[in-house]
Amino acid sequence: MRLRPNVDAAPGRSPRQAIPFLLPALVLLAALVLYPLVFSLIRSFFDASGDEFVGLRNYVDTFTDPRTLTAFRNNVIWVVVAPAAVTGIGLILAVLTERIRWATAFRLVLFMPMAISLFASGIIFRLVYDEAPNQGVVNAVVVGVHDMFSPASQYPGARPRDGYAATEAGFASIRPAQAGDTISLPLIGYSPQDVPPQALPASPPAAGTGELRGVLWLDVSLGGRAGAVDPTERGLPGIAVEAVRDGQVVARTTTGDDGRFTFPDLGAGGVTVRLPAENFTLPFRGLTWLGASLITPVIISSWIWIMTGFAITFIAAGLSAIPRDALEAARVDGATEWQVFKRVTIPLLSPVLLVVFVTLVINVLKIFELVFVIAPGSVQSEANVLALQMWQVSFGTGGDQGAGSALAVILFLLVAPAMLFNIRRFRRERS
Amino acid sequence: MTLVAEEVRIDVPVSGAPRRSVLTRLVARLGNGVVQVVLALVAVFWLVPVFGLLIASLRDESANTANGWWTVFTKPAELTLANYAELVANQAVWQSFLNTFYIAVPATVLVVVLASLASYALAWIEFPGRETLTVVVVGLLVMPIQVALIPVAKLFGALGLFGTITGVVLFHVAFGLPFAIFLLRNFFTGIPRDLIEAARMDGATEWVIFKRVILPVAKPAIASLTIFQFLWVWNDLLVALVFADQDSAPITVALRAQLRQFGTNIDMLSTGAFLSMVVPLAVFLVFQKYFVQGVLAGSTK
Repeated sequence: MRLRPNVDAAPGRSPRQAIPFLLPALVLLAALVLYPLVFSLIRSFFDASGDEFVGLRNYVDTFTDPRTLTAFRNNVIWVVVAPAAVTGIGLILAVLTERIRWATAFRLVLFMPMAISLFASGIIFRLVYDEAPNQGVVNAVVVGVHDMFSPASQYPGARPRDGYAATEAGFASIRPAQAGDTISLPLIGYSPQDVPPQALPASPPAAGTGELRGVLWLDVSLGGRAGAVDPTERGLPGIAVEAVRDGQVVARTTTGDDGRFTFPDLGAGGVTVRLPAENFTLPFRGLTWLGASLITPVIISSWIWIMTGFAITFIAAGLSAIPRDALEAARVDGATEWQVFKRVTIPLLSPVLLVVFVTLVINVLKIFELVFVIAPGSVQSEANVLALQMWQVSFGTGGDQGAGSALAVILFLLVAPAMLFNIRRFRRERS
Repeated sequence: MTLVAEEVRIDVPVSGAPRRSVLTRLVARLGNGVVQVVLALVAVFWLVPVFGLLIASLRDESANTANGWWTVFTKPAELTLANYAELVANQAVWQSFLNTFYIAVPATVLVVVLASLASYALAWIEFPGRETLTVVVVGLLVMPIQVALIPVAKLFGALGLFGTITGVVLFHVAFGLPFAIFLLRNFFTGIPRDLIEAARMDGATEWVIFKRVILPVAKPAIASLTIFQFLWVWNDLLVALVFADQDSAPITVALRAQLRQFGTNIDMLSTGAFLSMVVPLAVFLVFQKYFVQGVLAGSTK
């Protein structure tokens, strides 16, 4: 620092007086922000132990490591999708809130996620997207809608005891049957407690000429004999049964309350008895939101939930700064509301939108906690992002601070354009 | 940057034949109804996840395993505070809750004090390099903390600060300073020059001007900064994950340990998460005006 003699008569003009004001902050910034930046840069050229100079090897390794490449890919997805989505949603909602009287309350609600930790938000969305439809609200809704259009089967998971082959169409008898036979068809794999209340005790029908008859019952009872109808065992009502000949369904019937079924007019020749698969399909359980394929979109959606309030508030402040005259002039000229929005509002708002967008991009590049918390351990590598990978490599399972430093430097370089953007904006605002 | 909360209504100008204007007004009114409904739905959409977490935290394990939180509408009797009692009785969690205060309060106070001092010098004392220093501070606004994790861990290790609350606090202060200085400097430069010059003419020292002239005027900006910084530190996970040990861990780190231990045990997790949210939500609701202003000003962080 160049010290000048105190040329000004006015007190407080001495540069020396700045020192006590600045020193504490500058010491901390130098020791814990600036020095580390230089240290990380140098450290990134050394190996894991820090003893051996390895040149650019950490960077080469970083760009060839599949885990890091996944993180890169995800960061690209994040940067392309998330900030634009939030800016767009924020713009639409900010414009709409100008039309309502409770705009302040609305913005308050949407801003609230900004106040809570990303960690807590992560837990919130782990619950929202929980796989079990009786836990996660999203899957509960998905299953509800699905079952409205395609109801769940009555006997999920039940299957014949033996003598039937599982095919795509259902369970088909291995041996053919024909008119005059009686079929005894024991089912297992279903809980007696779930049997519909109208079910009656099962009893095998008597053989009838010209008819194929049978009984279908739940062969599960305490101390009962396998494959035989015991007194406490009940028939299973409402199960579809098909008779198939040469690959064609020739007859179809449904079991009664006592489990009996009858094919009256089968004609001559053997048929295969088949229980269609739709009797037994397992209930639809919704989507595996927290699985490998959907995890990144899911985490992005939680980030949108967090950041939209910020975008709305920022854009709303920009909207209210637009001179009413400009809007009125356009309307007087006969422009529709949409034209006013597109031709006047958007161009006047674009500097604000740019700031919001850049801010969101910076935020996205530093995403760490959300991925860390929402992605279950097994899919974390699939949802990985650079900031998380840096922590994993340096402090988590990796323990390689050379590679970790390289990742930190890469992260710094990715943020550097935003740094310049801020400095330029700052300089422009001052002049 | 100030948040303008007042409502701006868009009035469709009444022009042309009266018949058309009636129609236009009808459409506008109808459209307004649709907007109201859509925005109400969006607001509900935003509240449901938090509401779900709250209800899940108020139901015991068996209720949570049996069915979803939304069944509370048919079975409100299932609500209980048992999870909270259990969590607070858990020594590690309770200690971490206190630790969060021990970290967030000093980190906030220090940032406010150090940043006010530095901002005053940057705004009102002329010294060589002032311009450069200000630009450096602006540049540091977006510095990723990942850059400092490894070097500072080494430094703290050498100084015996690793794993201590002091270490965590110092790191938060250092990374809170650029934004704090940026915000306060902007505010301080907006204070009328006459005010400061008059005080100087009266022979006031810089310290007196800072204390008697600047600070009283800057209360709103300092309030915004305080709220913002407090929530920022309170909500941190990464810094504490690296620099705190088991005894100095704040609630986010302690809950993260529970997350690994409990897995998907949602009753305890949701309770812990909600416990960690109580303070930020209260601060937000009471001081929302200052917080919103702080976030808007600190958007670059």
